[in-house]
Amino acid sequence: MVVIGAGMVGAACAYYLARAGLSVTVVDRGSVSGGTSGAGEGNLLLSDKERGPELDLALRSHQLWRDLNDEGLGPDFEYEAKGGLVVAFAETDFAALQTFAATQRDAGVVTEEVTADRLSEFEPHLAPGLAGGFWYPQDAQVMPALAAARLLRASGAEVRLGTAVTGLQFSDGTVRGVRTTLGEIPAQHVVNAAGLWSGEIAELAGSTLPTQPRRGFVLVTEPLPPLIRHKVYSAAYVSDVSSSDAALQSSAVVEGTPSGPVLIGASRERVGLDRTPSYDALGRLAAQAAELFPFLERVDVQRYYCGFRPYLPDHLPAIGPDPRLSGFFHASGHEGAGIGLAPATGELIAALVAGEKTAVDAEPFNPARFASPQPQEEQR
Amino acid sequence: MAAAATAAEQGLRVALIDSGRQLGGQYFRHPAPGLNAPWIAHLHHGWSRFERLATRVETSHRIAVLFERQVWAIEPGFNVLTDRGPIAARNVILATGSYERVVPFPGWDLPGVFTAGGAQALLKGNLVLPGRRVVVAGTGPLLLPVAAGLSVAGANVLGLFEANRVRGYAKHPVPLLKNPAKFLEGVDFARQLLRARVPLRSGRMVVEAQGTDNLEAVVIAHSDGSNRRRIECDALAIGYGLAPQIDLGLTLGCENKLLSDGTVALRVDRSQRTSIRGCYAVGETAGIAGVECSLVEGEIAGLAVAGASPGGPLTPRRDRLRGFADVLRTQHPVPAAWRDHLTPDTLICRCEEVPARAVAEAVEDLGATDARTVKLLTRAGMGWCQGRVCGYAVACLARRDPAEPASAADLLAAAKRPLARPVRLSVLTELDQRNK
Amino acid sequence: MSVQFTFDGRPLTAESGQTVGAALLAAGVQSWRTTRFGGRPRGLFCGIGVCFDCLVTVNGEPNVRACLTPIADGDAVTTQAGDGRG
Repeated sequence: MVVIGAGMVGAACAYYLARAGLSVTVVDRGSVSGGTSGAGEGNLLLSDKERGPELDLALRSHQLWRDLNDEGLGPDFEYEAKGGLVVAFAETDFAALQTFAATQRDAGVVTEEVTADRLSEFEPHLAPGLAGGFWYPQDAQVMPALAAARLLRASGAEVRLGTAVTGLQFSDGTVRGVRTTLGEIPAQHVVNAAGLWSGEIAELAGSTLPTQPRRGFVLVTEPLPPLIRHKVYSAAYVSDVSSSDAALQSSAVVEGTPSGPVLIGASRERVGLDRTPSYDALGRLAAQAAELFPFLERVDVQRYYCGFRPYLPDHLPAIGPDPRLSGFFHASGHEGAGIGLAPATGELIAALVAGEKTAVDAEPFNPARFASPQPQEEQR
Repeated sequence: MAAAATAAEQGLRVALIDSGRQLGGQYFRHPAPGLNAPWIAHLHHGWSRFERLATRVETSHRIAVLFERQVWAIEPGFNVLTDRGPIAARNVILATGSYERVVPFPGWDLPGVFTAGGAQALLKGNLVLPGRRVVVAGTGPLLLPVAAGLSVAGANVLGLFEANRVRGYAKHPVPLLKNPAKFLEGVDFARQLLRARVPLRSGRMVVEAQGTDNLEAVVIAHSDGSNRRRIECDALAIGYGLAPQIDLGLTLGCENKLLSDGTVALRVDRSQRTSIRGCYAVGETAGIAGVECSLVEGEIAGLAVAGASPGGPLTPRRDRLRGFADVLRTQHPVPAAWRDHLTPDTLICRCEEVPARAVAEAVEDLGATDARTVKLLTRAGMGWCQGRVCGYAVACLARRDPAEPASAADLLAAAKRPLARPVRLSVLTELDQRNK
Repeated sequence: MSVQFTFDGRPLTAESGQTVGAALLAAGVQSWRTTRFGGRPRGLFCGIGVCFDCLVTVNGEPNVRACLTPIADGDAVTTQAGDGRG
């Protein structure tokens, strides 16, 4: 069993596959958490997901994260069941949020309406004059790079880093192993959890996985006392997340961290893999954060980081068997939700490999949806 | 200063931006008016050179000197982003100097341990001594003037310990003979120290600083840990050479080069041009080379930016000084043995208080194969200083095998900082306003 | 010219033009901050604004770099614990 990719999703796949009794080798061309996993905030969100397959996966993941925490791994990766607060600036946004929350509640999300006068009970430093908000106690946070590294270690998998996959070995339509820059590794099953590079890995099997990068910046402040208790963002975030617009979108998610700094993220732009700093994006994030928490105006930003989320045209991850090559599986394209969705993804892959019943319906994530010519995403 | 004065004399309008409150930067750091001491004249070599330069800057009506402005990034084109708003410019000359390289050792976080340059800045800028009984150690040409300055100002300098053996200079006679003044300057400092009965030792390094809440003693030893000797003192001035401050250039996209001592500098052509059109780099930003070279390169860039050709003796002089600097670099590497003296509790990152144990765990158990991942998994380099202090050490420690030198990519990562300075969030929100 | 300032309420004297850090050191104070996690004492280290080790609270404002900030008459300098905003 080979898992390609030592990021969060690869680590979760390795963990649940190993738990199912398989002998797992994880290969990565770089380091642990070298791609998207090392450049995110570690959001485990239910609040931003509309009713549908992704929310089902997120709900399952929410449970699995709690289980991992109960198993004692939580403190190792700064697991915090801190809850999220989504706020609306205008009455119209609040009404839209009420409708949205009602559908989520039907799907099993725990959420509670917070009227304007009660917002300060949740966040004392929130700006005055907001229309209201919703409280999502299930939203949580981990330190993503640590989560991937710790889960990988807990899996007991053999980890080969600095090892790039150069080809897949197969015969009779069945995978037999991988070729790497440091030799061949025979395997009956191969999982493509290569994130941003998963499209290239799919091509090695003659398959198609149209993964694209979506850039984000995250601002990091100086270390502060715990002035912000939860994940706080404005209702506009939800429409940004599901948008296919290439232009800069940003609605700041603001949160404190156990180590002190406040994280403000993240912008969303489709600009390929361009790392050129965008001071416009940074300015927008800062302005939105200050709109939510005016005291942040007087706080120093120490750094920012840039990352790329791997997304697929329909904004759903690809989790499941490759349509062409037997024994080859994909687990990629989670966009900005990969950390949150990783455990359920790993569990799903482990079940599919074993041919067992899955905890959530796997069909919506079937990578076969990209196999035949699909209507292209709107061109811009 | 040299670049600004020269460019202004060529007819250009210049904004000279500095985070400090006076002209002179680190080398020509001097006390505020009113502060004085009888030995002040001994602290500076070539003070008249500074005075001439300062006059050129101060009397020019084409130069706007902007003090106390922190440049945190430069937008292409150029827009120099400062903590007090952006400044538009057609060309930018980066003369951001350097900062000191230090490697961790047990006890280096005790109050009383200073960088060599820090001890010097305290003295030059404030006429205050870091302590009464001072040990100077590390490697590189800076140690001599630091020890000499402390001694002349009345400190009891208990010894100057140069980690490298100095006989290697004999292998590079040509650059030395071409730069007799530079070499003699060093000899002069050494003679001054010997007159003051300051012991000069080479091949010895500080392997431990001792004390509870303040520095009480240092332990000096050969790099292999033998011949340990404890010296009671209340201050240690330690430095392992200088590293170019190139974050602004790197974020702008300027090409860089890795030098033999593991420092990274901006790559420049014969006219001090970086790979980004309109952006120049002079002095330490183009590789540590000392004050003479910086001044010459400032003149060259000042001419080049105005479209004039830097003829005459400038470029040969620069080349000769660069040659000398390259020899210095080969003679004063950070001794690889520094890693051997760490204990599991020794802090690697002072800001985030990350001990050597945590870094070792990240590398040995958690799959960190590069400095970036070590940082992600341990927070080393994520604090206030953004890895300026621990960056080099982390780049070395990211290699599991101590015999392997730090990778070029990791050394580059140690020099990179997307924000060259912490920036008030309100300064960023003002950037958003410009788009409205 | 000398200036009067206080450190944790204690009256001290410095020379005008000195930095907060130099003024404290000249008055025999070597540390004025405790770290966020270990509570360890810190004072001047790099002396030129690079290392941020010398952070101190001046007139109620935390995270002031003692090595760069000039001391002013009447300044109230206080030991900074942790992030200085607690």
